[in-house]
Amino acid sequence: MGEWWTTETSMENYEISSISHVTMSPSRRNNLVSMYSFPLSKSSYSVISAFCTEDNIPQCISYINQELASLGLSSTCIEAISPGDTGLSTVPALNAMYELLQIHRRSMCNLEELEREQLRKSSTLEHIQMSNTRLKDQLELSIREKSGLHETERQLQLKIKTLQSCLKTEKDEVQKLQSVIASRASQYSHDAKRKEREAVKLKERLSQLLIDRKDKKLAIDVLNCLGRADGKRRHWKTTKATSSHEDEMYKSLLSDYEASQRSLMLENAELKKVLQQMKKEMMHILSPRQPSTRGATADDSQEQADLDGEAKGGDASRESLDQYCEHAREQLTNSIRQQWRKLRNHVERLDSQGTSQNQLESNKEVIPRETHEDEMERMRCEVQQCREFIHAQQQLLQQQLNTSFDDETAALLNDCYTLEEKERLKEEWRLFEEQKRNFERERKNFTEAAIRLGREKKAFEEDRASWLKNQFLNMTPFTHRRRYSSSDGQSALSISNGKIPGLACFQTKILATLCMNILPRQFLSLRFGNTEVASFAYLHPL
Amino acid sequence: MNFSEVFKQTNQLCKVSPDGKYLATCVQYRLVVRDVSTLQILQLYTCLDQVSHMEWSSDSLFILCAMYNRGLVQVWSLEQPDWHCKIDEGSIGLVSSRWSPDGRHILNTTEFHLRVTVWSLCTKAVSYIKYPKACQKGIDFSRDGRYMALAERRDCKDYVCVFVCDDWHLLRHFETETQDLAGLEWSPNGCVLAVWDSCLEYKVLLYSLDGRLLSTYSAYEWSLGVKSVSWSPSSQFLAIGSYDEKVRILNHITWKKITQFEHPAIIDNTKATVYKEAEKRPGVGSDEMPLHNITMGATLFNTQSKYEICPLPVQIPVVKPDPDRASPKIGISVLAFSSDSRYLATKNDNMATAVWVWDMQKMSLEAVLEQTSAVRCFQWDPLRPRLALCAGNTKLYLWSPGGCVSVQVPTEGGFQVQSLNWHCSGDSLILLGKEQLCLCYMDTDQEDKFKGTRCRLLECSFFLSGLKHSQQTQHSS
Repeated sequence: MGEWWTTETSMENYEISSISHVTMSPSRRNNLVSMYSFPLSKSSYSVISAFCTEDNIPQCISYINQELASLGLSSTCIEAISPGDTGLSTVPALNAMYELLQIHRRSMCNLEELEREQLRKSSTLEHIQMSNTRLKDQLELSIREKSGLHETERQLQLKIKTLQSCLKTEKDEVQKLQSVIASRASQYSHDAKRKEREAVKLKERLSQLLIDRKDKKLAIDVLNCLGRADGKRRHWKTTKATSSHEDEMYKSLLSDYEASQRSLMLENAELKKVLQQMKKEMMHILSPRQPSTRGATADDSQEQADLDGEAKGGDASRESLDQYCEHAREQLTNSIRQQWRKLRNHVERLDSQGTSQNQLESNKEVIPRETHEDEMERMRCEVQQCREFIHAQQQLLQQQLNTSFDDETAALLNDCYTLEEKERLKEEWRLFEEQKRNFERERKNFTEAAIRLGREKKAFEEDRASWLKNQFLNMTPFTHRRRYSSSDGQSALSISNGKIPGLACFQTKILATLCMNILPRQFLSLRFGNTEVASFAYLHPL
Repeated sequence: MNFSEVFKQTNQLCKVSPDGKYLATCVQYRLVVRDVSTLQILQLYTCLDQVSHMEWSSDSLFILCAMYNRGLVQVWSLEQPDWHCKIDEGSIGLVSSRWSPDGRHILNTTEFHLRVTVWSLCTKAVSYIKYPKACQKGIDFSRDGRYMALAERRDCKDYVCVFVCDDWHLLRHFETETQDLAGLEWSPNGCVLAVWDSCLEYKVLLYSLDGRLLSTYSAYEWSLGVKSVSWSPSSQFLAIGSYDEKVRILNHITWKKITQFEHPAIIDNTKATVYKEAEKRPGVGSDEMPLHNITMGATLFNTQSKYEICPLPVQIPVVKPDPDRASPKIGISVLAFSSDSRYLATKNDNMATAVWVWDMQKMSLEAVLEQTSAVRCFQWDPLRPRLALCAGNTKLYLWSPGGCVSVQVPTEGGFQVQSLNWHCSGDSLILLGKEQLCLCYMDTDQEDKFKGTRCRLLECSFFLSGLKHSQQTQHSS
C-alpha cells in the first residue's frame, strides 16, 4: 500500500517534504505522506470520506475545534469563511495545521526519543542480562573452584597432621638417641677419666720408682711349707700332665652333655607317651560319638578308620623299632594334629547344635548342672549351719570356761554344784542303805527259808524213802497190802524208816542214794522286790 | 629367733668358715676367731696394719688377711696359732688378694692390674699371669675348684684364659667377641662360661669349657646394656639384668630367651602379693611403757613395723636418676636365685625400696616387698627358700613363700643393719652394721644349743602378718 502511495504521489511528496523534511524521519515520511495524501488525492477520497463530507463540514469544523481545544490549541480555531460555505478560512486553518504539525513534530521527536530510550534500555537490558548470565556462570565456576580448593586444603591439612606426627615421632626418636648418646658419652668420658687417672698414677709411680731405685723385692716369708690340701705329693709338670688335663676337661664336658642328653631323652620319652595317650583318648572320644552325631560325613569316618588302622599297625611297629626316626615323630605329631582338629570341630558342632536345637536336649545338659548347683548350694548351707553350730558351741564352751574364771561366782557356783552333788549322793547313799537292809532281811529270810526247805526236804526224803520202801514191799504178791499202802502213800512218808529191817535197809540205801543223786544238784534262785540279787547255787547239805 | 650380743668389727669384714664352725672378724688390725655356737673367742691374731680384706681358705684351716695400703698379705693358721706367713708384694702394690680353691695358693693382683702373682704356700714358688683385665669381675673359679677363668686384655682385644687350678697350667686361651669385657662367670656345673660386655654394649657370650663359642645373646643395641648376671644353682637358667629395668632369662639348652621380667612402677594385673612395710607408731602415754622401755632402749627411735598386704594396683616410688652422670642408678643391679632355683629375687635401682621375688616354675611375679627405706642387702638361705633382707635400719626382714616377717633387732643404742650373711647351715644370720655385728639364730626350739653360752636371750617382739590370702592362691590354682 505504501508503495502505491509513493509512486502515485511522488510529486506531492517532494513538495511536502520540502516543508517538513528537517523534522521528519525518513521512516515516517512515507506514512506521513500517505496520511497527507489522503485529503489531496481525489482518487482516494472514498477512503477518507468517513469523516468529512460536503454535508457535514460545520460539524467537522466544530468537532475539529473541539479536538483542538482539547489538545490545548484554543487559540487557533478553524472557521469557515462564511456560514454555510464549504470553504475554510485559510489563516486559522493553516495555523491550526501548523500547530498540529508542531505538535506532531514534537510528539514525533518524543516518540523518537522514547524509541531511542527504549532501544537503549533494551540494549542495556540485554547487556545486563548477558552480563548476569556471564556472572552467574562465573559464580558457579568460582563456587566449584572454591569447593575444589576446600578439598585440597583439607587434604593438605591431613597431610600436615601426618607429617607433624611423623615429625613428632622423629623428634622423640632423635631425643631418645640423643639421650642414649649422652649416656654413652658420659660413660665414655667417665671411663676415659678413670683410665687417665690410672695412667697418671702409673706415671707417678714410675717416676717414683725411677727416683727411688731401692726396689723392695717381693718376697714371701713362711714359717714352714704346708702340705697340699689333699695330702698328695706335688706332680711334675709334664706333657703327660697337660694331656691328662685336657682329657679331664673333655671328660667333664662329655659327662655334662651326657647327663643333659639323658634328661632330655627322658623328657622326650615322657612327652611322647603323653602325646600317644592323648591321641588314644582323643580317638576314643571321637569314635563312639560317630554314629550319634548328625552330619558326620562319610569321609570323616573314612579318615577315622584309616587312622585307626594306621595307629593300630603303627603303634606296634613304633614301639618295637627306633622311636627317634624323624618319620615316626612326624607321623605322630601329624596324627595328633588331625585328631585334635577333628575333636575341635566336633566340639564346635556340638556347641552349635546345643544352641540351635530344641530345649529338651539343651535342658538335658542344663538340668544336671542345675541339680549339681542345687546340691552344691545345699551342701554349702549345710556347711554353714555346721559352722554356726560349732561356733555357737564354742561360744557356749567359752562362756562356761570364762564364767569359771570369775572367782567369787565360780566358787559360789562350785559350792552350789558340790552341794547338789552331795545331796544327790546322800540320797543315793540312803537308797543304797535301804536296799542293803532289804537285802539283808531277805537274805535272812532266804536262809531261814532255805533251812526250812532243808528240813522239809529231809522230811520229804524220809517220806519218799518210806513210800518207796512201801512200794517195793508192795511189789510182793501181797496185793491188798499194796492197795492199802498206796492210799497211804503220803502219810507213809512221814513214818520213820527205821521199821523195816534187812531188806528194807538195802532198799532204803538204794532210795537214799537215789535221793542223794537227785536232790543236791538243785539250783535255787531267789528274787525279791525289783532288784535282782544274784542267784545262788545252793547245795543242800544232806 | 634369738639374737646374740653385739660385737665390734671394722670394714664389714666378718666371715663364717666354710665348714660353718668358726666366725672370723676383723677389728682394726686384729683378727678375732670365734666359735659360731658359743661365740667364745678361740684365737686372736694381730696383723701389721689395718686389714682391707679377709678370707677363709676352703678347708677352713687358714685365714688370709690382706692389707692393701702396705701391699702385705698375712696368712694365719687355726690349728697352729704360731704358724705365720707373710707375703710382701713390694713396691708393685696390691689391689686384691684371694685364695685358690685348694686353699694352698694365694692370688694377688698388683696395682694397676699389671699382673696376677700366684704364691704357693706349699713350695714358696711364684707364678705370674700377665695382662689381667681390670674389670667388674675378671677372675672366677669354677664351683668344683678345678678351673679358673681369667679375663685378659692384650693389644686392645679381650681374651679369656682358662687355667687348671691343680698346677696352674694354661688349658685354653681364646679371644672373645666383646668390645670391652666386663665380667665372666662359670655355670655351677662348670661346663659353660658366661662372658658379658660392658654396659655400652648389650652382649652376653657363652663359651663351653673347651673354648668354643656356644651362643651369643644381645637384646638390643645402643642403650645401656647388661648390669648384672647370675646363674641359677641348677645351671638351667642364666638371668641377665640390664639398664632397661628388665631381667631376661636364657635357658641352658638353646641359650635363647625364654622370658623377661619387667619392673613397672605401677603393679597391676598380676597374681603376686605386694607386701608393704607399715610402721606402727609406739603408743605414747600408755601406762605399760616406761620401765620396760628404758631397759630396752629408746623405742621412740626403734619403731616397730609390720607388713600389710596391699591390694592392686600398687605404685612403687621411683627415683629418676641423673641423666648426665655415668653408671646411672637405674636397672637391675642385684639378682639372686634361691638354692633350689625356684625363686629369683631382683632389685631395680630406681625403685630402691622394693625387692621383687619371681617364681621360676611359673615364670611370673610371686611377691613384691616394699620397704620404708632403701634396701641395702638381701640374701637367700643356703638351704631353704627363705630370703633375708635389710634396709639400713634396725630391722631384719624375712620372706618365705608362707609370708613375711619384720623383726626388730633388739640391741641398745640402735644397730643399723647394713648387710647380712647366712650361715652355711641356714640356721643363723650374721648381721653387719657400720662398726658392729650381731648374730641371729633362727631355730628357737633347739634349747641345748644355747646351754652355757654367752648370748643373752633378749626379748624380741615381732609381728607376723601378711600371710598369703588363701583365696588368692585358690583362685590362682
